[in-house]
Amino acid sequence: MIASCLRALLSHWRRNPVQLFAYLAGLALATALWSGVQAINSEARASYDAAAQTLGEGQFDLVIPRQGSSISVDHYVALRRAGWLVSPVLDGRLGDVRLVGIDPVTSPTGIGANTAQTSTGRPFDTVFANSETAALLDPAVTVTHDPSIAPGIAIGDIGVVQTLLQRDDLSRLILLEGQPLGQPDLATIAPALRIQPAQQVGDVAQLTDSFHLNLTAFGLLSFAVGLFIVHSTIGLAFEQRRGMIRTLRSLGVPLRLLITLITAEMMILALIGAGVGILLGYIIAAVLLPDVAATLRGLYGAEISGTLALRASWWASGLLLAVVGTGVALSSRIWQIAHMPLLASVKPRAWVIATASRFRLQSIGAIVLLGVALPIALIGDGLLAGFALLGCLLIGAALALPALAATLLTLLEKRTTAPVCGWFWADTRQQLPGLSLALMALMLAVSANIGVSTMVSSFRLTFVAFLDQRLAPELFLTVENAAQSAQLEAFLHERNLEVLPLLRTETTVAGLPVDLYGVRVGPTYRDSWAFLDAAPAAWDRVERGDAVVLNEQLARRAGLWVGDKVQLTPDLTMPIAAVVGDYGNPQGQVILSQTLFQTLQPDIYASQFGIRTDDAPALRAQIVDTLGIDDNAIISQAAIKALSLEVFEKTFVVTSALNILTLGVASFAILMSLLTLADLRVPQLAPVWALGLTRRHLGWLELLRAVLLAGLVFLCALPLGLALAWVLLSVINVEAFGWKLPMYLFPFEYLQLGGYALIAAVLAAMWPALRLMRTPPATLLRVFASER
Amino acid sequence: MNAKILILLILFPFSAVAQGFGGLGATADNFAMPTANPRFDFPADHGAHPDYRIEWWYLTANLRGPDGTDYGLQWTLFRTALAPGEAAGWQSPQIWFAHAAVTTKDQHFATERFARGGIGQAGVQASPFRAWIDEWALEGPDFNTMTLNATGPDFGYDMALKAEGPLVFQGDNGFSVKSAQGQASYYYSQPFFQIDGTLDLPTGKVAVTGTAWLDREWSSQPLSDQQSGWDWFSLSFADGSKLMGFQLRQTDDTRYTSSTWIDADGTTTPYGDGSFTATPLVETQVAGRDIPTGWRVTLPERGVDVAVNALNPNAWMDLSIPYWEGPVTVSGSHTGQGYLEMTGYE
Repeated sequence: MIASCLRALLSHWRRNPVQLFAYLAGLALATALWSGVQAINSEARASYDAAAQTLGEGQFDLVIPRQGSSISVDHYVALRRAGWLVSPVLDGRLGDVRLVGIDPVTSPTGIGANTAQTSTGRPFDTVFANSETAALLDPAVTVTHDPSIAPGIAIGDIGVVQTLLQRDDLSRLILLEGQPLGQPDLATIAPALRIQPAQQVGDVAQLTDSFHLNLTAFGLLSFAVGLFIVHSTIGLAFEQRRGMIRTLRSLGVPLRLLITLITAEMMILALIGAGVGILLGYIIAAVLLPDVAATLRGLYGAEISGTLALRASWWASGLLLAVVGTGVALSSRIWQIAHMPLLASVKPRAWVIATASRFRLQSIGAIVLLGVALPIALIGDGLLAGFALLGCLLIGAALALPALAATLLTLLEKRTTAPVCGWFWADTRQQLPGLSLALMALMLAVSANIGVSTMVSSFRLTFVAFLDQRLAPELFLTVENAAQSAQLEAFLHERNLEVLPLLRTETTVAGLPVDLYGVRVGPTYRDSWAFLDAAPAAWDRVERGDAVVLNEQLARRAGLWVGDKVQLTPDLTMPIAAVVGDYGNPQGQVILSQTLFQTLQPDIYASQFGIRTDDAPALRAQIVDTLGIDDNAIISQAAIKALSLEVFEKTFVVTSALNILTLGVASFAILMSLLTLADLRVPQLAPVWALGLTRRHLGWLELLRAVLLAGLVFLCALPLGLALAWVLLSVINVEAFGWKLPMYLFPFEYLQLGGYALIAAVLAAMWPALRLMRTPPATLLRVFASER
Repeated sequence: MNAKILILLILFPFSAVAQGFGGLGATADNFAMPTANPRFDFPADHGAHPDYRIEWWYLTANLRGPDGTDYGLQWTLFRTALAPGEAAGWQSPQIWFAHAAVTTKDQHFATERFARGGIGQAGVQASPFRAWIDEWALEGPDFNTMTLNATGPDFGYDMALKAEGPLVFQGDNGFSVKSAQGQASYYYSQPFFQIDGTLDLPTGKVAVTGTAWLDREWSSQPLSDQQSGWDWFSLSFADGSKLMGFQLRQTDDTRYTSSTWIDADGTTTPYGDGSFTATPLVETQVAGRDIPTGWRVTLPERGVDVAVNALNPNAWMDLSIPYWEGPVTVSGSHTGQGYLEMTGYE
């Protein structure tokens, strides 16, 4: 009995291959984007973990130079001889590889478990790297392969690394645990060094959290859209199988067995669909990973592996989500079967009436969610609240859509008198329940597109303007020591050029790690720096050493603003004259005059210079020739701008790729809904056809309906998308990066997007419409011959 | 985070001594080898011998506080070479590490240091004598007059040493055979140090005074691959005579023993395998292993039949290379005190 029951159930799919395809493809799409994004995230996390494990970054206090990034070996030995237990690290780049030299005998972190097996007892001759990184290194370098070492990093003994990098200094010292008694002050042994507490080191995983949360949100969005497809397919499949179920039960199949069989059948299919999705996800992730890697390196300096490993964490989560999602969609249908009277008649009309109450439920849900969104927007705090707000807005609006559309259609129907028009509106309304999920999916995709593209474009405008104001000097130059710094100053002074020396050190302000900058206030600063907010004569006060400028990140994080006071050192508190937008990095900054800076940090000389000149190439050549400064130490404005924009563009490659993919998934959802509805609609279309409307006419009406519905969706998606953009710019960005961006509107782009949505809808409706135009009259006539 | 594995790997020559890693010390890769009838050249031989694989400056002291409380103190600087010879900077194949400890009746403090050769972080200079690693140092104008210091996270000490007797050469005039197969080291001692100074303990500073024993030993292949660990005794008797004896435990459960009788004037008499015996009497559970902390030690040729008991049975050196080392008291045919080192107990 089981076998024949199963055969009967499966025959449904044989008769409706498109529906089977929709079910499998919906699941595959849902799982694909979700697991693809998760694959990228887990790869990145694994890379961060490996890096933390390999380098111990962030776990230990560090001793670092107050200026520059070089510590002499003599300083190291002097510290050790004074009872400071530190371990040296040399950090440099050799081509594409970050080369880290450690002293294995004092380092708190080891080289990796495999060392013991692979080494010949002479670890000092070799560097350790995973095979991917090893391939990037010069073949002349002896590499011991160790898969536990983070990607992009090669580690070796300091002696080996010094030789490879042709250096004889150190980059930083790790402060070890268990320092001895009676240790002298650091300032008395090595005044040029300072301690950087472990917790102040920006933990890469923490910094990149917001980026990964963004990806996850996209994955979840497309997962939701995919599940819409699954949900509606399951709904239709069960509607159509009511007759079969009635027959099977009348023939004596026990209800319990039937339910078990149906559940097993759907779950096995779900696993197949999800499996295909995971495969697709792997492909998506593999394609996107290089760009994600470039973004993370550009934004946060985080190295992640360029190759993808198959990790249980992401494929299992994809599979689990798919099964749970299907299970939820399935359970309500199973419940219906369980409670359906044995011989209940199967009328499509009954389905519509049943859904009237569903609309009401959805409307209530929408009101509740949108109602919750308001207080979150007003009082919510933190990245999670931001995403909760996004979720409430999107789901609330999606739930409101069918009820809104139904109301609109009823209104239109009442206002029309022409019979075909009246029928058209009524018929559209009647199709709404079947299409509603697909329409919601389209709306989510369109509004996500509007929101994200508004954010990216606004960001781009702001960023380019920011680059223009920040990169006003034509040349940028880095010097190596104080003598060179003074020499350069004198040289430029002779030529009467405007020089913008930059003094920099790291410190802690308001409990936050910040960069302290000393600047020489001049025409360039006064003319080109645009403040977000400023007190009158801000630059004059900064120049006199009476006030400081904060960047927006610091101001927001520390809860300070223009007019407040900020404590710079235990005995120096300064008023804030202005807050400046800073979109280059997530770090807080305090900007003060060169004179004030030098009284606070007398040992620090200007190591970076911006130079205003009309003839940059000539000046550059002169500086190289006269002062012997290396040409590599000079960067032109154009080069920096190009580099910055490149990083920026890469950052959003992934975002726009995901955007296009979600739009694709949504139009697929429409196609599948229309296709599965097509067969159901034959009994409804037959009378209209019999009254004289040709099949061609009916087909055109179908297309028109798709366009109208898509237009309606777009109209609803527009405000939703703008709300989304606002949340992204004013809530998420502030939390993730510390800056709030002005929102710009791009009507032309929105129109274009609307056009895409219409085209997507027409393309999706084309096939069902063509099929309708070609429906044999006999099929239509059969509707009158017998009831089902 | 496999620092320990790595360190063990780098330091394997010492590990071979301490833990008896079978086979690791079996080949000598171009290192110089000790030969019989050594001719020492002082003060140069107080310094380092980078052509040999391992070397140490090993000082132990039995101390007493003003209230009669007994203390033990250890200061050891080890040198181990990845390859023979010396080179400048980080290219140096020499690795240095050091252990320091203070033992009381119920407490044991121990700490360690690591350093690379070639950069000045650690080393030994023969004249004026200076052995140092980080801020720790054993130094003085000559080998007879020295100061000694070490600090750890929870203890430290500052001592002054004065030798009141001659150097003592162990084994056959300083050529100390370690197995029937002929493995050997150069080995001499200065067991006649008077020592005084201050211990810095969590309970406060304590002025102490006592005697100290300094061992100098270097070799390239000290153990045979059938040896799993050793028990080493340095005992000072009430009449001024001293006994250095050790037994190397072999994997077939036999022992290889060697000892030197030192008269109060520094005259030495070596005794070969079998004369000196050490038999465990009391075992203590320390760090999850059974460690003999009470011994019967005999040297029939000198009428020695004594019980040697640990002042603190828990004198476990819980360091990268763990072992037991602590002060002992002597009773029986002779009375006195001394130090006991035990390695290779798994």
